[in-house]
Amino acid sequence: MSTPAVELVALTKSFGDVTAVDGVDLTIRDGEFFSMLGPSGSGKTTVLRMIAGFEQPTSGTVRLAGQDVTGRPPFARDVNTVFQDYALFPHMDVLANVEYGLRVKKVPRAERRERAMAALESVQLAGYAGRRPTQLSGGQRQRVALARALVNRPRVLLLDEPLGALDLKLRRAMQLELKDIQRDVGITFVFVTHDQEEALTMSDRIAVFRDGRIEQVAAPADLYESPASPFVAGFVGTSNLLEGEAARSLVGRAGTFSIRPEKIHLGDEVHDGDATAPGVVHDVVYLGSVNHYLVRLDAGPTLTVLRQNLRGTTDEAMALRGQRVTVGWAPEHVIELGADQQLQKEES
Amino acid sequence: MLWLGVLYLGSLAALFITSLWSVDAFGGNIERIWNLDNYRDLFTIEVYRTITVRTLLIAALVTVIDALLAFPIALYMAKVASPRLQRILVIAVLTPLWASYLVKAYAWRGMFASGGPLDSVGISPGYGLAATVLTLSYLWLPYMILPMYAGLERLPSSLIEASADLGAGTGTTMRRVVLPVLFPAAVAGSIFTFSLTLGDYIAVKIVGGANQMLGNVVYDSFLTGNNLPFAAAVATIPVAAMLVYLAAVRRTGALDSL
Repeated sequence: MSTPAVELVALTKSFGDVTAVDGVDLTIRDGEFFSMLGPSGSGKTTVLRMIAGFEQPTSGTVRLAGQDVTGRPPFARDVNTVFQDYALFPHMDVLANVEYGLRVKKVPRAERRERAMAALESVQLAGYAGRRPTQLSGGQRQRVALARALVNRPRVLLLDEPLGALDLKLRRAMQLELKDIQRDVGITFVFVTHDQEEALTMSDRIAVFRDGRIEQVAAPADLYESPASPFVAGFVGTSNLLEGEAARSLVGRAGTFSIRPEKIHLGDEVHDGDATAPGVVHDVVYLGSVNHYLVRLDAGPTLTVLRQNLRGTTDEAMALRGQRVTVGWAPEHVIELGADQQLQKEES
Repeated sequence: MLWLGVLYLGSLAALFITSLWSVDAFGGNIERIWNLDNYRDLFTIEVYRTITVRTLLIAALVTVIDALLAFPIALYMAKVASPRLQRILVIAVLTPLWASYLVKAYAWRGMFASGGPLDSVGISPGYGLAATVLTLSYLWLPYMILPMYAGLERLPSSLIEASADLGAGTGTTMRRVVLPVLFPAAVAGSIFTFSLTLGDYIAVKIVGGANQMLGNVVYDSFLTGNNLPFAAAVATIPVAAMLVYLAAVRRTGALDSL
């Protein structure tokens, strides 16, 4: 196996009394699209900034391609960053922005012009070379920032919530485009986001952050289908948690379990062999292509059940409100969760 | 807006019109006869040319010195100091502006005096042009620091990080990112330092020895010489110099973002 692109060993960062990153160990493989996912304040951006060199770790090691770069300034690291606010130089035109990295590395003029134009073409902005950043839309600025970073052919590209400022439609388009670009150039991407859908769409693997620690590292499907903790189950997708007495009566043993909303069947859709439970439809939430049914089980918990609007009318769906129903699920879709790391700490 | 224009441009027009009159040699009364004699004197008499060039040089020098002094101070205030220290430093920069101009000028006179603090360590330039430049630089320094500080404050830290990220060392980042972005702010400050120096006549009287600046000529022509039209003609020079300077600045595009 080739040398990992990024290795973090026991990485810790404190700001005063606050520990932002608490002993993170992480290995990012060469050429993969890796996402760091977590709520704000979970330490993911601080980890990214330590990889870039903008922050120095309080303790621990950062290795890039096997080399210890801890303590090296940003300009002595073979990584480039796409910033959340894009950080385009306002006094330069688009071409000068993209050329900047090559210019400070003394690449001859003809070569840097050619490479910068190629980079602009790869993000479909070849016609905008003479514009100022202020004359561009948010999405275009984002592409310029990407071109400016990629033109240097870094070993690792760091992206700090680069799609956060874009509207939903543009964000979805850029997600697919980013993934395509990553596949084309073969550079390792490390992508920070708080949007679980974004992470699931693009990533080869995802690390879920919480309170400065990594809760789980896994491929998107594994993360969704076998989350390691209630936190991961709740943060990645919607989760129906069964614990305590409810777990015992519905699953048949003690523990913490999760069932995804789309795996629960409602009324006449319950299959033979499903585990079933009676309850009352507490509310119906209309979401266009799907509806969410909130079913309060007689056994206690309220489950969110997702059903596609394939048949029947919206009125029929709404009429279920207040009705008694039976819900069911295949036993293999019940995910057993490890106890929350946080809970373990508190209990011990 | 209209009133501002009338008051402001009106007084300037009055100044210019007055400069085209002359004074009755015996009675000392203003004669409202249109002529260009005042301007002819101004351009032909050697001493006025010398004073004009000297005043412009002093103004330029003060501006350069203030820019060089203000940049590191503003950079430290905006990008290095903690928020608390930042507030304290802003107050510290503003405080001297509350003190009387005369007090500060006389304080510097004391500094330059023979046997004074600077003289006792052997670095006093004595009264003269050097002392004038130093005193004026001190007096107008806050007017350069504050716009630069505001400019740096607005400069996102991510721009500096992006430059480093793209491989630029600290020096290159300063030269290629910080200074160009800061240029409009420096120009704004220079308008203050340049114009305030052009109009000054007190500091040079207090610490300048026998040297004169344009302001002194205006003052003396008016009060001592009782020649208001000539004083007005002299006063037109700094106004013209400032207009030329603003036009030059405008060409660089620095005023667009003010």
